[in-house]
Amino acid sequence: MADLRSNLAGIASPNPFWLASAPPTNSGYQVMRAFEAGWGGVVWKTLGTPIVNVTSRFAGMNYKQNKMVAMNNIELITDRPLDENLSEIAKCKRAFPDRAIVASLMEACERDAWRELVKRVQEVDIDGFELNFGCPHGMSERGMGAAVGQHPDLIARVTEWVVEASRVPVIVKLTPNVTDIRFPARAAARGGAHAVSMINTINSIMGVDVETWNPIPHVDGKSSHGGYCGPAVKPIALNMVNDCARDPEVGIPISGIGGVETWQDVVEFLLLGASNVQVCTAVMHHGFRIVEELADGLNRYLDARGIRSVAEIVGGAANRITSWNNLNLNYKIVARIDQSACIHCNKCYIACEDAAHQCIDRVRQPGGSTNLVVDEGHCVGCNLCSMVCPVDECIEMVRVDTGRPAQSWKERAAAMGEVG
Amino acid sequence: MAAPVPSLGEPFHRPLTHLEVKLEANRCLYCYDAPCMNACPTHIDVASFIAKIAAGNLAGSARVIMDANPMGASCARVCPTDQLCEGACVYRKDDTPIRIGDLQRYAVDAAMRDGTRLFEAGAPTGHTVAIVGGGPAGLSAARDLRRMGHAVTIFEAREMLGGLNTYGIVPFRLPIETALWEAEQVVELGAEVRTNVRVGRDLAMDALLAEYDAVVLACGMGGVPQIGIPGEDLAGVWDALEFIEQAKLGRDVGALGSRIAVIGAGNTAIDALTCSRRIARQASGGGEARVTMYYRRGERQMSAYGFEYDFAKQEGIEFRFFCAPARILGEGGRVKAIEFVRTRLETSEGGEAAVPVSGTEFVEPIDTVVRAIGQSRLVETFDRLGIAHDGGVVRVDESLQTTRPGVYAAGDCIFAKGTREAMVVEAAEQGKRAARSIDTYLRGGA
Repeated sequence: MADLRSNLAGIASPNPFWLASAPPTNSGYQVMRAFEAGWGGVVWKTLGTPIVNVTSRFAGMNYKQNKMVAMNNIELITDRPLDENLSEIAKCKRAFPDRAIVASLMEACERDAWRELVKRVQEVDIDGFELNFGCPHGMSERGMGAAVGQHPDLIARVTEWVVEASRVPVIVKLTPNVTDIRFPARAAARGGAHAVSMINTINSIMGVDVETWNPIPHVDGKSSHGGYCGPAVKPIALNMVNDCARDPEVGIPISGIGGVETWQDVVEFLLLGASNVQVCTAVMHHGFRIVEELADGLNRYLDARGIRSVAEIVGGAANRITSWNNLNLNYKIVARIDQSACIHCNKCYIACEDAAHQCIDRVRQPGGSTNLVVDEGHCVGCNLCSMVCPVDECIEMVRVDTGRPAQSWKERAAAMGEVG
Repeated sequence: MAAPVPSLGEPFHRPLTHLEVKLEANRCLYCYDAPCMNACPTHIDVASFIAKIAAGNLAGSARVIMDANPMGASCARVCPTDQLCEGACVYRKDDTPIRIGDLQRYAVDAAMRDGTRLFEAGAPTGHTVAIVGGGPAGLSAARDLRRMGHAVTIFEAREMLGGLNTYGIVPFRLPIETALWEAEQVVELGAEVRTNVRVGRDLAMDALLAEYDAVVLACGMGGVPQIGIPGEDLAGVWDALEFIEQAKLGRDVGALGSRIAVIGAGNTAIDALTCSRRIARQASGGGEARVTMYYRRGERQMSAYGFEYDFAKQEGIEFRFFCAPARILGEGGRVKAIEFVRTRLETSEGGEAAVPVSGTEFVEPIDTVVRAIGQSRLVETFDRLGIAHDGGVVRVDESLQTTRPGVYAAGDCIFAKGTREAMVVEAAEQGKRAARSIDTYLRGGA
């Protein structure tokens, strides 16, 4: 059994699986259930001045028969009094002292308001703060949440106020609704944050009911943009996490959030630079019990590789991401189709023919059947055929030797410069 | 160990392909408090094991299965899933149920193939338990007792462990390797095994209780009883379980001829039918063999599962209902024919009885007869062991304790007709329950 213990900027938890600040961490009842199920930590649903919510709050994005490949929401922060939340936090911490409880906070951009909130919340035994500079709907219209997260100077200033007043590590949660995530992350680091977490949800409109023209979800016929999350946002989150992990000016640990549902998702976030992960949508879809699948899968993955602790893989593949100009132009792969596995759906053929490089041929066989054969000389190794193929391991992308040494665009341009 | 018998032909049910597994595992809804789990006598967390298959964690999936059901590999092949997990699947109403049994087989087969070690023995408690019988119930009890840290000795009358899984189910439904792998899982946890020891004959209960802190009786049932008609001593008359055993171990069953009669209509009868036909056809170089089931009641009263019956039809078995054998006729000491009499069902207080109709006798030329009319009870054994029983069904309380303190019973030896079915999965669950009760008993708990 590998050591799954995790430590994010001094916040220890028995495993790297935390629940993100969201509906599943709304109450002590839920957090107790989550801890019983095995979650290592929770970020409590954002505390602040209680708000009033609308009804009709979530919408799911389905892809064909697959439910909830993403969802969005227009729910706001906690709608329960601060005292109630604090007494429940204290109870949860007493019942599960080994788990991490981080309080998510949101306030108007006033120093005294933030200091007062920090002071009150840390009267109970909490392990850290997470500043919600990410919520993209509702609160942002009131100058909070993503409205702060989109202004690096505000991030740095508010972070400073909190760090000054806080006795525990401070995490800054960032909005992805920016052009370059490194700028807000650097601002958080400048403000003294001990870690950043990302991504919060993405501005989105889930859809429109084509019969009624009501937006989805709608509140009495109208809606506002909501926060988009779930499996579909994972690639965006991975990119942002990795951007920050490789940026020396950020330089603080990262809690990875965005579409984590399986143990493989966790491994990917960790390899690209996150120290732990936070989960929400998968729990909203399947319940707290999924943490058992995450823990078992991660454990077996580490054991199979002889890796003793989860900390050893953090950032393991972070520097595999580089600029395009550094990629080897002389690396070549081509598609190879396993005729025995092929079910002759011709999806690869039409994808290549209409959308790639016209290098799969339909070759008639003596018996009258047709084989799909790759013209390897013309194949550019784009992967599209293997992506549309419904049969695993039917189309393999195999490396072919170009006989040329590795050379990046940067190197080629430099060499051409020397020649020219 | 006997070599597998490839000559017995194609498996009853092929495994899913990788593509089928992927599609099926992703079709599962992962219901909470899932009906499939609740329909399984061992309560396998089906949603969890299927989610793990979908996430590529086959070892984790196999562990979930085998944790709940020490016979998870056999059950994946022989369980009547349409009456259990798949029968309860929420998709059953408007779509086809998830193929839970096949997915279970896929995950467990991977663990078998990869030699994955699934469980560890518990820290030694100093307590010792004797298990009488190394079939599904005994192995399940032994497995869980070892995980709890109790020392376990299994007394098995036969040469190999596994009970009916090893000896009594045709290889094209349950290969011997699968049954022995499950037994090996238990042995690897440190269970001591004493084979070729029959408790009640070679060893008395008092001797066991003197040496062990507790005992699990899991000795199943006896052979197929006599029908009670003239001619049963002729050559060419078989006990179905002995016949299946010979076939499964690859031993010669002699010339079966081309006309085979199986008397009875349960799952073992189906096994005897399909197995004998395959052997007879193979012996005659692919020639025809007329293999017929004779049953004194009707199709509706058959105790074989529907899918078994379907399989037998596909295998070319013929069925004669409402006829009972009156005597077996011989020539030169060998079966030559059977005289049957037609029957009809009469409703009485005790239910429906098959009553012979006089004057309807007819003779069928037959070369081989297989009796498959159920199993006898080990009445004498339990008498000798001083265990109270009702007509050979060991009497147990809620905790599965027999009338002798410290002696528990599980599996077919406590299976009373008219209660639950004598399934492998039920035996496994009883073995687990007996282990839990013994653990409580040994720790001096309530």
